[in-house]
Amino acid sequence: MNEYRIGRRQWLSAGAALAATTLAGCAGVSPSGPSLGRVVVVGGGYGGATTARYLKLWGGNVDVTLVERNADFVSCPISNLVLGGYKQMSDITRGYSGLKAVGVKVVQGDVTAVDVAAKKLRLAGGAEIGYDRLVLAPGIDFMTEQIGGLGPALDSGSVLHSWKAGPQTVALRRQIEAMPDGGVFAMFIPKAPYRCPPGPYERACVVASYLKTAKPRSKVLVLDANPEIQSKKALFEKAFKDRYDGTLEYRANAELKELSGNLAKLEFEDLRADVLNVIPPQRAGDLARSAGLVNINNRWVGVNWLTMESTAAPGVHVIGDATFPAPAMPKSGHMANQHAKVAAAAIIQLLKGEAVNPTPVVMNTCYSFVSAREAVHVASVHQFDAADKTFKTVPGSGGVSAAANQIEARYALGWADNIWADSLAL
Amino acid sequence: MKKQLRIGAALLALLGACGLAQAQHPHLARNLAATCANCHGTNGHARGDMKPLAGMPSDKMIAMLGDYKSGNQPATIMHQIAKGYTDEQIKLMAAFFAAQPAKK
Repeated sequence: MNEYRIGRRQWLSAGAALAATTLAGCAGVSPSGPSLGRVVVVGGGYGGATTARYLKLWGGNVDVTLVERNADFVSCPISNLVLGGYKQMSDITRGYSGLKAVGVKVVQGDVTAVDVAAKKLRLAGGAEIGYDRLVLAPGIDFMTEQIGGLGPALDSGSVLHSWKAGPQTVALRRQIEAMPDGGVFAMFIPKAPYRCPPGPYERACVVASYLKTAKPRSKVLVLDANPEIQSKKALFEKAFKDRYDGTLEYRANAELKELSGNLAKLEFEDLRADVLNVIPPQRAGDLARSAGLVNINNRWVGVNWLTMESTAAPGVHVIGDATFPAPAMPKSGHMANQHAKVAAAAIIQLLKGEAVNPTPVVMNTCYSFVSAREAVHVASVHQFDAADKTFKTVPGSGGVSAAANQIEARYALGWADNIWADSLAL
Repeated sequence: MKKQLRIGAALLALLGACGLAQAQHPHLARNLAATCANCHGTNGHARGDMKPLAGMPSDKMIAMLGDYKSGNQPATIMHQIAKGYTDEQIKLMAAFFAAQPAKK
């Protein structure tokens, strides 16, 4: 009798084991199945958010944690319209609730250290998070040391960059609003490469558009360290001339050397402005540097384009503006979203021990407003070249708008709505 | 002899099929289609007045993109983007979007 009971218990436990096996067989389908692994994504901008979202969309049972220092996502694209007073901060701010709803664990915090060997990272406050694969989307940070006086001026808030959307956007809008009629708004563009190649020229147009109406005696001075306009050149030149002649002045080869109060010193001249908007020279975000991943020109992270893994630390994927780009690949939110999908697809295959896609494609679309109601675009498609192990633009593809137009202003806002939803699972 | 030839041809066809299967990654269509999501929504479920791609019959999408490529269909931007994809890639994307439910 006793023997029979034991036998029955054995049978029951065997049944439980069978059920467990069945569940394991469905890994990737059933949320209760075993995890493929733990992926931690650091940085919740276009690249990081998209990676987290697509790991869940495509990966099934991947444990995904997103660490982001800010409470909300604030978009750089469209933020120039806030500076012009044509959009509000609420229009460019979205939450992380969509990502939470699809199962991403969102942690608000600052990563202070990455231990690549031990596969863990530490947050301010001391908490540690372990991972099987790490994705860093640290964006850019500024090389303020290249311009005398810039660091203290930025710290005090007297000079703003507004090249990371958020409080800087709000503060620069206030400075523009407080400018007297007849005042000067001077914007300094760093030598390429920098985040969002057409962004400074869009900003010049949008601020000029606002000032022309609200403070018509004011000036926009665009001081470009580069020898020419870096993106959509003919379209911006036409906008400057046709729309903002007398308001906007563009100067090439005008590199900022030093700041002192409201005085800006260039190589051959000094100038004073009511608002100094300095877009500083840029490099990969601090986290990439502290993790030891910056290995190109002492500025950027080299990556394997099939997996987006750092060439300095395989197993650590780096995406977006922090990467040393493939030829003609812009640093843009759109491109970061595309990097993210290559990374997410590769990570899932790698966790499963399967081959990664050997022929990825990424593409880019950047819309720029030249006024409150008209926009222009630049587009490119980049196919992976197996021989040279990099992405290359397809000859004959891509290009810019024929002329500024209202339809593309609508598309620009439609693009924002769709990419925010795609990246943040809205 | 004829029979041998036929077997040979069948073997070649089989090898060809295997070669194709090896060359094409199982998620290639999905990954290619994801490059469209920034404007046309995740899995082609567009928001606002951007064109939804989910549920579009594949022959319709292939014809549209072909017309953008050839210049038969004027566009603001799609004529430039369509030229970046091969006809084979367009077929794969079209099949992927056709298989998506039209409503999210």
